[in-house]
Amino acid sequence: MTPFDYARAGDTAAAVRMGSVAGARYLGGGTNLVDLMRENIEQPASLVDVTGLGSAIEERADGTVWIGAAARNTAIAGHAAIRRRYPALSRAILAGASGQIRNMATLGGNLLQRTRCTYFYDDAARCNKREPGSGCDAIDGFNRIHAILGASVACVATHPSDMCVALAALDAVVHLEGSAGARTLPFDALHRLPGGRPDRDTELQPGELVTGIELPSLAFAARSTYRKVRDRSSYAFALVSVAAALDVGGDGTVRDVRIALGGVAHKPWRAHIAEQSLRGQPATEASFRAAAAAELADAAPLTHNAFKPELARRTIVAVLSGLTETPMKEMAP
Amino acid sequence: MSILDTAKQAAAGVLSKLRPETPPDPLIARQATPGKHGSLGTSVPRIDGPRKVRGKARFAAEVPAEHLTYGALVFSSIPRGRIASLDTAAAEAAPGVVLVMTHRNAPRMKPPAGFMSDPRAAGSSTLPVMQDASIHWNGEPVAIVLADSQEQADHAATLVAVTYEAAPARLNFAQQISQSHQPESVLGEPPMIETGDAEAALAGAPIKVDITYETPRHSHAAIEPHAATVWWDGEDLVIHDTTQMLHQTRWTLAGVFGIPENRIRILSPFVGGGFGGKGLWNHQILAVAAAKLAGRPVRLALSREAVFRIAGGRTLTRQRVALGAKADGTLAALIHTGTVAMTEHNNCPEQFTFPARHLYSAETFLLEQRVTDMDMLANTFMRAPGESVGTFALETAMDELAERLAVDPIELRRRLEPQQDPTSGLAFSSRHMLKTFTDGAARFGWDRRNPVPGSRREGEWLIGLGVATATYPYYRMPGGAARITLTRDGEARVAMASHEMGMGTATVQAQASADRLGLPVERVTFEYGDTALPHGTVAGGSSQTATIAAAVTAASGKLIADLLQRAGNDSPLAGLSAAEVEARDGGLGHREKPELFESYASILSRAGLEELVAEADAPPPGEAKQFSMHSYGAQFCEVRVNAVTGETRVSRFLGSFDCGRILNPRMATSQFRGGIIMGLGLALMEETQFDERSGRVMNPSLAEYHVPVHADVPEIDVIWTDIADPRAPLGAHGIGEIGITGVGAAVANAVYNATGKRVRSLPITLDKLL
Repeated sequence: MTPFDYARAGDTAAAVRMGSVAGARYLGGGTNLVDLMRENIEQPASLVDVTGLGSAIEERADGTVWIGAAARNTAIAGHAAIRRRYPALSRAILAGASGQIRNMATLGGNLLQRTRCTYFYDDAARCNKREPGSGCDAIDGFNRIHAILGASVACVATHPSDMCVALAALDAVVHLEGSAGARTLPFDALHRLPGGRPDRDTELQPGELVTGIELPSLAFAARSTYRKVRDRSSYAFALVSVAAALDVGGDGTVRDVRIALGGVAHKPWRAHIAEQSLRGQPATEASFRAAAAAELADAAPLTHNAFKPELARRTIVAVLSGLTETPMKEMAP
Repeated sequence: MSILDTAKQAAAGVLSKLRPETPPDPLIARQATPGKHGSLGTSVPRIDGPRKVRGKARFAAEVPAEHLTYGALVFSSIPRGRIASLDTAAAEAAPGVVLVMTHRNAPRMKPPAGFMSDPRAAGSSTLPVMQDASIHWNGEPVAIVLADSQEQADHAATLVAVTYEAAPARLNFAQQISQSHQPESVLGEPPMIETGDAEAALAGAPIKVDITYETPRHSHAAIEPHAATVWWDGEDLVIHDTTQMLHQTRWTLAGVFGIPENRIRILSPFVGGGFGGKGLWNHQILAVAAAKLAGRPVRLALSREAVFRIAGGRTLTRQRVALGAKADGTLAALIHTGTVAMTEHNNCPEQFTFPARHLYSAETFLLEQRVTDMDMLANTFMRAPGESVGTFALETAMDELAERLAVDPIELRRRLEPQQDPTSGLAFSSRHMLKTFTDGAARFGWDRRNPVPGSRREGEWLIGLGVATATYPYYRMPGGAARITLTRDGEARVAMASHEMGMGTATVQAQASADRLGLPVERVTFEYGDTALPHGTVAGGSSQTATIAAAVTAASGKLIADLLQRAGNDSPLAGLSAAEVEARDGGLGHREKPELFESYASILSRAGLEELVAEADAPPPGEAKQFSMHSYGAQFCEVRVNAVTGETRVSRFLGSFDCGRILNPRMATSQFRGGIIMGLGLALMEETQFDERSGRVMNPSLAEYHVPVHADVPEIDVIWTDIADPRAPLGAHGIGEIGITGVGAAVANAVYNATGKRVRSLPITLDKLL
C-alpha cells in the first residue's frame, strides 16, 4: 500500500472540494478500494471519506424512493419499502459478498467497484484497464468470468456488482455532485462499455461524487427478482445473473418488462432487445426463449466462457417464467 | 525420508515375515468407563480449545520480539531466466526500511536437503535460496524487504524495480506429457507394478472401461498462512514457526546455514492447519538470513498471495483407468497409469496409483506412475496426496464399470474383495471395507437409489446418489522418542516434539498417556511443538497418533521398570516383574491380585524422589512390513443438480469408515468431516489457475481460489466400525487424510446418477453439466 492522506467530509460541498484535488478518491466502506490499495493496484494520494454523508432511505410523496449514497448495503437490502416494492434489489444485494462486507459496503461504493479480472489484479500481467495501452492478457488467458457482450479488443472485463444489475433493470437515476454542480444520469448511462478506453469504468467526471439514487415509482417492480448463477453457494461473483421485473396483463400478454444481466459485460447489461421483443407478446416460455435468444444473438464468447450465452438464455427464461407464477415466493424475513 | 526407509526394508520382506509378531497393545482390551477410569474412546474436549477461542494461543506470526523487523517479499514475474537488473535504491530510501536483501547481499547458504533424500531432511525443494540471479518459477522471491512495520515493508517491496531476461520455460502440461519419465520411487515404493499381461487381459475382456481422468492443481489454503518469527542470539538461532516437521526443519536449516543442530531451536506450539503444506519453504530460510544481515529479529508472515506463490500445493494429474471385467464382474485386468507435473528439484510424485495397489482383486495389474518436469513452484503434499485424486479416477471408473455390468456399485465391490493384499500378497491386518459399505448403505438409504440416471427430479433440481471407496494407508514413522516425567503428586508430563495442527493430537495423546499410566486425563500434560523436546517425526501420512503412542509405550515400559526397581523391598510390589504389573488408579498393581498395589506418590516419596523421568525411542515400525495395513471407508453422496443452470449442490453426505479403534469420537468426527469438506472442494470448485503462457498463478486469493463456504456444506453424517487393529498401537489408524479420499468420485457418481453426465475432469463446474 502506498501512503496516502485521509480526510472525512462533513458535507457534500466539502467532499466535492476535497475530492476534486488531483489524486483524490472517495472512500465508502472500503471493501473494494482498500483491497485494491493493498494490492497496489490503486494508489490514491488522498482519500475523502464520504460515509458520513447522506445515507437516508426514503419513500417520497411522488412515489419514488431515495437512497443516499452512504447507505450500507445491509440497510438497503433490509429496508421494508425496498423489499416490498423492489424485491429484485433486495435479493441482488443479499446475493453478493458476505454479511460482514455488506455491513460495510455503501451504495456509492458498490456503483463504482472495479472488475474482478485477475489480470487487472496482478501488476505482473498486461491490462489496458490498469495501464492503458499495455495490452490484455485476459483475452487469451483465464477468461471464465469475462464478458460475452459489448467487449472490445482492448478489454473483456465484467462489472462485478449484483446490486447494479438490479438498479439497471429498475431504471434507477443516479444523482451526482461535482465542481460544476449537480446532475443526474439514467443508471444505464452511468457505466461504460470498454471500447478503446477500458481504464474508464463510468461516465463520471473527475471529482464527481455519487450522492444517491432515485428509484422510480414502478408499480410492477413489486413483481421482480434477481437470480445469480455462480460456482459456489455464496461468496462468489456471478457467472451470469438476471434481474427482471414483469408486468403481465389480464389477457396474458406482457404489458411491460425490465431485464438486466450481470456477469456478461463491462457494465450491468440492460437487455433492451429482449424487453422490446417481449412487450405485447404472450407471457409464455416460447416468448421468453425467443427474447433471450435475440438478446444473446451477438454474444462473442472467449476460450473459457463459451457456456455463458446458453447459461444466460436459460436463466432469463427461468427467471421470467418464475415471475409469471402466482403468488411470488415471499422472501424470508 | 522415513517412509523411504520403511519401503527399503519392505524389500527384504521375506526376512521380516519371519519376525515374531508383537502382542496387541494391552490398552486395546481395556474399555474406558466414562467418569470412572480410562478416557480413550470418550469425547474428551479439545485441550487447546479454550486457549484458541479466547485468542490466548499464540501463533508464529504473533510472537513478540524486541526491535522486531517485518519482512515483505518481492516475487519474480517470469517463470525461468535471469534477473537482468535490480534496483533497490527507492525501496531502501522508503520510510522505516531497515534493509533490502537480494541475491547480491544475501549470506552464502547451502541448498536445503530435499525431503525424502534423508530421513532428517525437510526441504520442499533443493534449489538454492536467493543465491544468484537465476529464476526457476514465476513467483520465486527475488528480494526481501525488512522494515519497522509490516505496512512500510509492504510499501517498500513495491518499489523494488526488477527486470528480467526470460528463457524458454516448460509450462504446458499437455505438451510436457510426452517428456514424462518414471520417478526413481514413489514415496519409497516402486513407480510401476506389473502382474501378468494386463493390456492383453484388457483386450480380451468381454466388458471393459478405459478412460482418462484429469485433476487440476490445488493450492494450500490453511486458515493460518505460513509465518516465521526468528532471531539470532549470538550463535544461537530461535525460530517460531508454523510447521509439521520440527526436527526435520532444524536439521535441514543447520545444513543450509552451516551451524550445529543444537544451536537451533524451533517452536511451533500451534499450527493453524497443515494439510501437508506446512513444511520448509523459502520464507523460513529468507527470514533467518535477513535476521542475520540486519542483526535484528525478523517476522515474515506470508500474505495469502505469497502462500500461493512460494508454498507449493497439489500437482495436476492425467490418469488412465482401464478395467477389464469378466461376465461375473470379477476383474481380468486393472490398469491405472498416469502422469503428474513435478520439478527436477523436488520429490513428490503424487501417489495416485496407491489405492489400486491394495483395494481390489484382479488377475492382472498394470500400475504405473510417471512424472514430467515443469518450470513451476515445487509441488508438495496435500491431504491424502495421491489417494485423493487417485480415488477420483479409480472409483469413478468402478462406477462406470458397475453400470456396464448392470450391477449395483456396492455389489461390484463385494465381488472384488480380495482375500489378501492383491499386489503385495501380505495378509490384511484389519480390513472391514465391506462392512463400511453395508453399514453406510443402510444408514444413508442407498436402496432408494434409482440406477437409471436422471430419474429423480424435484422442480428444477435433478437428484442423484453416488458412492465410492475411501482408503488410506496405515503409517507409523520410524524414529521418534518420548519422555515421561512422573511427579510425586501423581501427575505426568509426556513430551515429544510432535505437532498439533488442529487434529486433536494433544488431546488424544493426553488421553492415551493417561490410560497407559493409569492416571485421570486431567493429571496428564502432553508437551509438543518444540525441538527442545525429544525427537518427533513428521506430522504426515496420518501417522502421528500411532507414532507417538509407540514412543510413549516404550517410555512407559521403561518408567514402570524403573518404578519397580525403586519401589524396594518394603513395597507391596516387591519382587514383581514388569510383566506381572499394570498401571492403574494412579499407581502400579499386580495384574491379577488387586491387593498388591502401590501409588506412584507412595513409591516416589519412599524413594525420596520429587519426580522420575523415563525417555525411550519407539521401536521400528515392523507391523506394516508384516501385514497389509490400510484404512477403508465408503463415501455416500446425494447431489442436487440444477437442470437450468448446471449448478451442483451436495445435499447429503455420509462417510462410513474402518480406521481401527476410534480414540476420541469428537475429534475423529471433526477430522472425518474436515476431510470430506475438503473433498467437496476438490470435487466441485478447487483449481489453481496456472497460466501456461507465464507460469503465473492467476487466482492467488480466497476470493478467486474457491474452497467450500458454509452454504456448500450439508450436514455430514460420519460413522465407523471401531474395530481395533491388533497390530497398531492403541488399535488405531490415523484418520486425518482418509476423509478426503473417495469424495471426488462419490460426488461425480452422484452427479452422473442425477444427470446421466459423466464428468471426468475436476472440478465439476456447471459448464460441464449444461
